[in-house]
Amino acid sequence: MTPSVRRTRRMLELAGAGAAALLTLSACSSSSGSSDTASGTSGSASPELSGTVTVFAAASLQESFTALGKEFEQQHPGTKVTFSFGGSDTLAASITGGAPADVFAAASPRTMATVTNAKDTAGAPVTFVRNQLEIATLPGNPGKVASLKDLTEPGLKVVLCDRTVPCGAAAQKALDASHLKLTPVSYEQDVKAALNKVELKEADAAVVYKTDVHAAGDKVEGVEFPESAEAVNDYPIALLKNAGHAETAKAFIALVRSAEGQRVLGQAGFLKP
Amino acid sequence: MTSPDEPGAATGPRTDRPRRRRAGTGVRTGADSGTGGGTAPRRIRAAGRRGVPLPLLLPGVLALAFLLLPLLALLVRAPWRSLPHQLTSTEVWQALQLSLVSATLATAVSLVLGVPLAWLLARTDFPGRGLVRALVTLPLVLPPVVGGVALLLALGRNGVIGKWLDAWFGITLPFTTTAVVLAEAFVAMPFLVISVEGTLRAADPRFEEAATTLGASRFTAFRRVTLPLIAPGVAAGAVLAWARALGEFGATITFAGNFPGRTQTMPLAVYLALQNDPEAAISLSLVLLAVSIAVLAGLRDRWLTGV
Repeated sequence: MTPSVRRTRRMLELAGAGAAALLTLSACSSSSGSSDTASGTSGSASPELSGTVTVFAAASLQESFTALGKEFEQQHPGTKVTFSFGGSDTLAASITGGAPADVFAAASPRTMATVTNAKDTAGAPVTFVRNQLEIATLPGNPGKVASLKDLTEPGLKVVLCDRTVPCGAAAQKALDASHLKLTPVSYEQDVKAALNKVELKEADAAVVYKTDVHAAGDKVEGVEFPESAEAVNDYPIALLKNAGHAETAKAFIALVRSAEGQRVLGQAGFLKP
Repeated sequence: MTSPDEPGAATGPRTDRPRRRRAGTGVRTGADSGTGGGTAPRRIRAAGRRGVPLPLLLPGVLALAFLLLPLLALLVRAPWRSLPHQLTSTEVWQALQLSLVSATLATAVSLVLGVPLAWLLARTDFPGRGLVRALVTLPLVLPPVVGGVALLLALGRNGVIGKWLDAWFGITLPFTTTAVVLAEAFVAMPFLVISVEGTLRAADPRFEEAATTLGASRFTAFRRVTLPLIAPGVAAGAVLAWARALGEFGATITFAGNFPGRTQTMPLAVYLALQNDPEAAISLSLVLLAVSIAVLAGLRDRWLTGV
């Protein structure tokens, strides 16, 4: 919160060369707000919560976790939440490789297992949300995709996630469950890459998460399919063994699992655990 | 071609020697020291007496260690026992084959288009040449993934040019092997252009001028005089470009996607293997490393020192 307020103020300062009155107003309002006063008294409000929490989170969590991070910083002045978003497997590999992370939120229990197997977590992971697959098509759905089966039509360019990443494994599970054989034009390295191919109109459809379709706004159109119930992904979150500010990290996990956290995640299209 | 000058190099004043000699004589000395012929050994002995200056030796050795240590770690941690099993899968050979073919094609594209561009930059004068030269190096500073996105925006199905390719000829480039070659050529060509341009600038233009005064056209002079003269630079540039193309990842996966046998090159296979099977990724990296070292060492013997 502090940095964001500072940023706004600097921006205003830059823009406000000709608008001194505005600048004064904004400076007044921001200092009367929670930021400056709180940073002065933060020690007494919550003495134990301080420092930076580094959260490694699955790419699909980007929008909601960024929002939650801001909220957390506002609730606990003096703390800072930094994120590294990416494919869950890449993140898991870097955590077991010694990357300095405090919290890991994965898009599948399997990727979390890589980290727990390496004994890099402190305590057992808990599922905090679930995510369902959805088909993302071009705006207006020109290919008239209405079901998973429609994706197997020749001439339709479909991208899937690679089987090694959770969204690809889930898509494969859904396809197998409905005995469909789908040959995509590409197996993308993560869910955002798959979605990007549709956003850039290079592919006609992609099998991604509901939350990704949600985040893309009107750049893609979502098509739900019943088979996605066969492949709902659990998202586990865990505190890591080498967490620097363990209490702060725990508080962030608590926020994610709280009613407020669930509200933000639900808005992004996630299902309750 | 340097031998008639050798005695002069050892005894005469060195300051007024043309700059371009340096690279040539350096290679020559290295070759001669092995055979022990000609006048070169005298100079070698003189250098040996003075010894290698420590301020050069220490950082040099450090640089070598820095470059080789990660490769060494790769070898140390390689799953030697499961290696044969890892390497028998068809996907690995498909990826390796695709990598070699596409890197070679990308180098060919770079040669055909890049050498003329280097000539234009080095031998002609036009307004904004400095800017053009800077623009040529753009793919070097651009993160490859951004290069891939840029290629999509230009040549994709919905791209600035790709839209017309699709509408007029029904050609869509993304997700094809052609896209792999294009992505690799995009990131590799600047290496060739810079290398060839540097050689052209160092080469004496008087030979070309002499050829033209004797009646050769400018193109003939380029083909018969300039090109043989700069052959080592072209070869070095081609090797650089090939090596860069072989290791290309970001632009390829963004522009061409990832499909085994069609667009999945070795670096892509390594990256995706790294997601859930790091041992397989190490094995794949070792294969790529071994093949590239074999090719580069072979080329070096054939082309780069035999001039």
